[in-house]
Amino acid sequence: MIADGSEDEEKWLAAGAAAFKQNAFYMQRAIDSNNLKDALKYSAQMLSELRTSKLSPHKYYDLYMRAFDELRKLEIFFMEETRRGCSVIELYELVQHAGNILPRLYLLCTAGSVYIKTKEAPAKEILKDLVEMCRGIQHPLRGLFLRSYLAQISRDKLPDIGSEYEGDADTVIDAVEFVLLNFTEMNKLWVRMQHQGPAREKERREKERGELRDLVGKNLHVLSQLEGVDLDMYRDTVLPRVLEQIVNCRDEIAQYYLIDCIIQVFPDEYHLQTLDVLLGACPQLQASVDIMTVLSRLMERLSNYAALNAEVLPYFLQVEAFSKLNNAIGKVIEAQEDMPILSAVTLYSSLLKFTLHVHPDRLDYADQVLGSCVKQLSGKGKIDDTRATKELVSLLSAPLEKYNDVVTALKLTNYPLVVEYLDTETKRIMATVIVRSIMKNNTLITTAEKVEALFELIKGIINDLDEPQGLEVDEDDFQEEQNSVALLIHMLYNDDPEEMFKIVNVLKKHFLTGGPKRLKFTIPPLVVSTLKLIRRLPVEGDNPFGKEASVTATKIFQFLNQIIEALPNVPSPDLAFRLYLQCAEAADKCDEEPIAYEFFTQAYILYEEEISDSKAQVTALQLIIGTLQRMQVFGVENRDTLTHKATGYAAKLLKKPDQCRAVYACSHLFWLEDRETIQDGERVLLCLKRALKIANSAQQVANTARGSTGSVTLFIEILNKYLYFYEKGVPQITVESVESLIKLIKNEESMPSDPSAESFFATTLEFMEFQKQKEGAIGERYQAIKV
Amino acid sequence: MNYLLGAFKPACNISITFTDGKNRKQVPTKKDNGQIVMNPLFQSQETIAGKINIEPYQGKKVEHNGVKVELLGQIEMYFDRGNFYDFTSLVREIDVPGEIYERKTYPFEFSSVEMPYETYNGVNVRLRYVLKVTVTRGYAGSIVEYQDFVVRNYVPLPPINNSIKMEVGIEDCLHIEFEYNKSKYHLKDVILGKIYFLLVRIKIKNMDLEIRRRESTGAGANTHVETETLAKFELMDGAPVRGESIPVRVFLTPYDLTPTHKNINNKFSVKYYLNLVLVDEEDRRYFKQQEITLYRLKEETS
Repeated sequence: MIADGSEDEEKWLAAGAAAFKQNAFYMQRAIDSNNLKDALKYSAQMLSELRTSKLSPHKYYDLYMRAFDELRKLEIFFMEETRRGCSVIELYELVQHAGNILPRLYLLCTAGSVYIKTKEAPAKEILKDLVEMCRGIQHPLRGLFLRSYLAQISRDKLPDIGSEYEGDADTVIDAVEFVLLNFTEMNKLWVRMQHQGPAREKERREKERGELRDLVGKNLHVLSQLEGVDLDMYRDTVLPRVLEQIVNCRDEIAQYYLIDCIIQVFPDEYHLQTLDVLLGACPQLQASVDIMTVLSRLMERLSNYAALNAEVLPYFLQVEAFSKLNNAIGKVIEAQEDMPILSAVTLYSSLLKFTLHVHPDRLDYADQVLGSCVKQLSGKGKIDDTRATKELVSLLSAPLEKYNDVVTALKLTNYPLVVEYLDTETKRIMATVIVRSIMKNNTLITTAEKVEALFELIKGIINDLDEPQGLEVDEDDFQEEQNSVALLIHMLYNDDPEEMFKIVNVLKKHFLTGGPKRLKFTIPPLVVSTLKLIRRLPVEGDNPFGKEASVTATKIFQFLNQIIEALPNVPSPDLAFRLYLQCAEAADKCDEEPIAYEFFTQAYILYEEEISDSKAQVTALQLIIGTLQRMQVFGVENRDTLTHKATGYAAKLLKKPDQCRAVYACSHLFWLEDRETIQDGERVLLCLKRALKIANSAQQVANTARGSTGSVTLFIEILNKYLYFYEKGVPQITVESVESLIKLIKNEESMPSDPSAESFFATTLEFMEFQKQKEGAIGERYQAIKV
Repeated sequence: MNYLLGAFKPACNISITFTDGKNRKQVPTKKDNGQIVMNPLFQSQETIAGKINIEPYQGKKVEHNGVKVELLGQIEMYFDRGNFYDFTSLVREIDVPGEIYERKTYPFEFSSVEMPYETYNGVNVRLRYVLKVTVTRGYAGSIVEYQDFVVRNYVPLPPINNSIKMEVGIEDCLHIEFEYNKSKYHLKDVILGKIYFLLVRIKIKNMDLEIRRRESTGAGANTHVETETLAKFELMDGAPVRGESIPVRVFLTPYDLTPTHKNINNKFSVKYYLNLVLVDEEDRRYFKQQEITLYRLKEETS
């Protein structure tokens, strides 16, 4: 059916065009022979083709354009006729003899155009007559085209200021009246299209109307081009009249398009000065009009205007643009009860952007917008419309983008309230946006209060929200989020330890409620941050003012202890273990022996209770040994206990090589070069001997288990330890013991062995040779070793 | 053939010329056979004067019992063709019986002739003015020559000329109010007005204004009424909505109109009507007819 329809339409257009061409030809011939009567007759016949009702707007336009071209020729001919002495008044009458109204009116407009040009009558009279006579066409499509022809030919003949057709008095108002009248009539016709024809073709009709809208909008464009339409004229005449028509036509498509048209064609400063009028019309529009887009565009335009012309900003204040817009939006939302939440949010988003551009210094405005938004959202629960959510995110991002500074955003008290309305998923996206903004701009957040506010905002990624999560978050995303939180922690900084301590306390509060999965991301940076704080603390006793510092190292350590305690339960014992050691070291620096001891104890407990994997044990043990070795603070007793324990752990490792290595590492615990109190050669030797024994037995185990002797690598390693302590001058390490060890290795070496061990040994020997060459005590000691 | 024709040929050629014939306005008149000829134009109370030439053909003489000229005002009904009713008849004897040997010119004059009616060419009736020259002869039959002339009478602007204003409608369907600026129009006038739609519940396709002429002839039971539509002028295209007002502007010049004639000599009447016709999408017609009076206004240029 439909395909047939369009086929038929093609046929009709072709037929119409053919008849049209034929008459155009005769008309041209009449023109060429200066035959006015025939020219009129054939032009009327030609224009009769425009009387068709069978064409869609698109096809009709095709025909119209042909007519337009031909009428140009006719107009020139009329002009020549008047020069040849034909009275233009008679001509004007003559064209009205045509019996059919549509051709008659086209001709009348053409003749009218000539009439104006001859200036035999004031342009305003003729225009008024034309626009009145055009009422005869009540058919929407034909009427629209006729009137757009009228608009077209009259464009350069309006009695505008500075125009050659300018009359004596009140001339611009005539031009404006004319255009307004034509506009009003065209709009009526356009709107009427909607209500004619069967309901089932509604969709098609709307499409067709869409194609025609520019014909109507053109009038507004013409108005905006008139010199004489200054601000006063615009405010007093043009705008009220146009709005009246728009409001009264009660048509969704027209209202939407025309309001937008007004916004687009007239200058920004006009809008600014007539804001209340324009906005006043908005709540009166049909409920289905997409008012949010319209208002958003208006605000967008005004923001751009403000952004480009800083000098106009005072005007914005003068006309109270913000409060007007804010009120208007409130009213629109009130008027359109079932406005989707999306629209409301979009409106607020635009308004917010507007106020950020125009009044960047007025945070209270921005806050007000957010407040209104909250009011609107309240009682609606979480938003489940994805587009609305998106819009809300955009709304929330706007202040961040504008100020490049979260701190400013934090001052907006309504901000977190808006965030509340996001669903969990979006909240976390929003939080990421905020965090990223902070990172990008390197914003330091310096008070506990702000931190508190910030965390309120980014709750989405700080803890699992109350509701059970339906959707499992992607593991990668989660990690990324948490990493960004970790990064964020370093942006929360204050030079004043007291404030800083408050900050970390806030962090702790939030992190500890954040659920086990997050802790392993959040605790380490927190600890590091806190440790940094400790380092900045004035050394005790080094307080020249005798002021009682409220933040003491002790307090901080207690704090640390508490947060790390959370970790093993997570379970992330590895991490806790490392952090304990870190803290212990920090405590060491602060000379806090009991605290350091406590940390160590905690670390040991973790080692014993939680770290069961043998590889992990090895690593952990290495850490213990390393840390312990560096500790300065311990008294003999404490140190003994700890060292003893560590050695014990070493001996209890599962694999012989590991045992061996751990044991020889322990040897370092007993000999610290720079501390006289810890130079126990006996114990060093003991350790090394133990290590040798274990290495031996390791080899035996290897022998029996696999039938081949194990590597000598362990022996070589032990040799290196020997050499180290020998070099350091540990009395218990004798030349003989070194020599015998070398011999032992050489024996073992004779067996086919792995090349890496061989080269290791070779390098070791080379090293010894090298040391021998050295001057001084070291050289001498090495000289003593005979290989 | 030639001599045969010659046998029936009148013995003389009669021609009638008017005194100011060269300057007088000529108006086209349609003859019975459809030809258009130009005839001089007079109005009532004018003196109709001129010359009559009688020119016998070469070598012939015309014997006659007298020559006369008549001015006749006739009404002819087409259903009674050939039977003229003379409402005006004036006679001038211009020659006593005798013989005419050569071209002879007679002046004539009818002074201040009363010609109350206008020349009219209708569907069923014709009113004409004619000059009839008769050369009376005995046995050979009289020689007659006619000269038509046209009479138009001008009237001053009517002192009272009300507008026509009326509200009409079909209940709950269509209500309109129309207004024509006058009830009496002269023949070169313009009808101005507007049509105001008070209620529209039908789908109107277009609206025309027709100018209709009603010619009634005869009297009593023999009355013939003939109605012609002389003009059909489209006023509106498409369907209006409530509150629309459509302008009317119709120039009467292009149409072949006459003044309204009321009961001319009890023989005929010509009346004019404006008929407003609305056509709906099913081609149903809704109309309202209003009589208007047409009159001939004195033209300033003549």
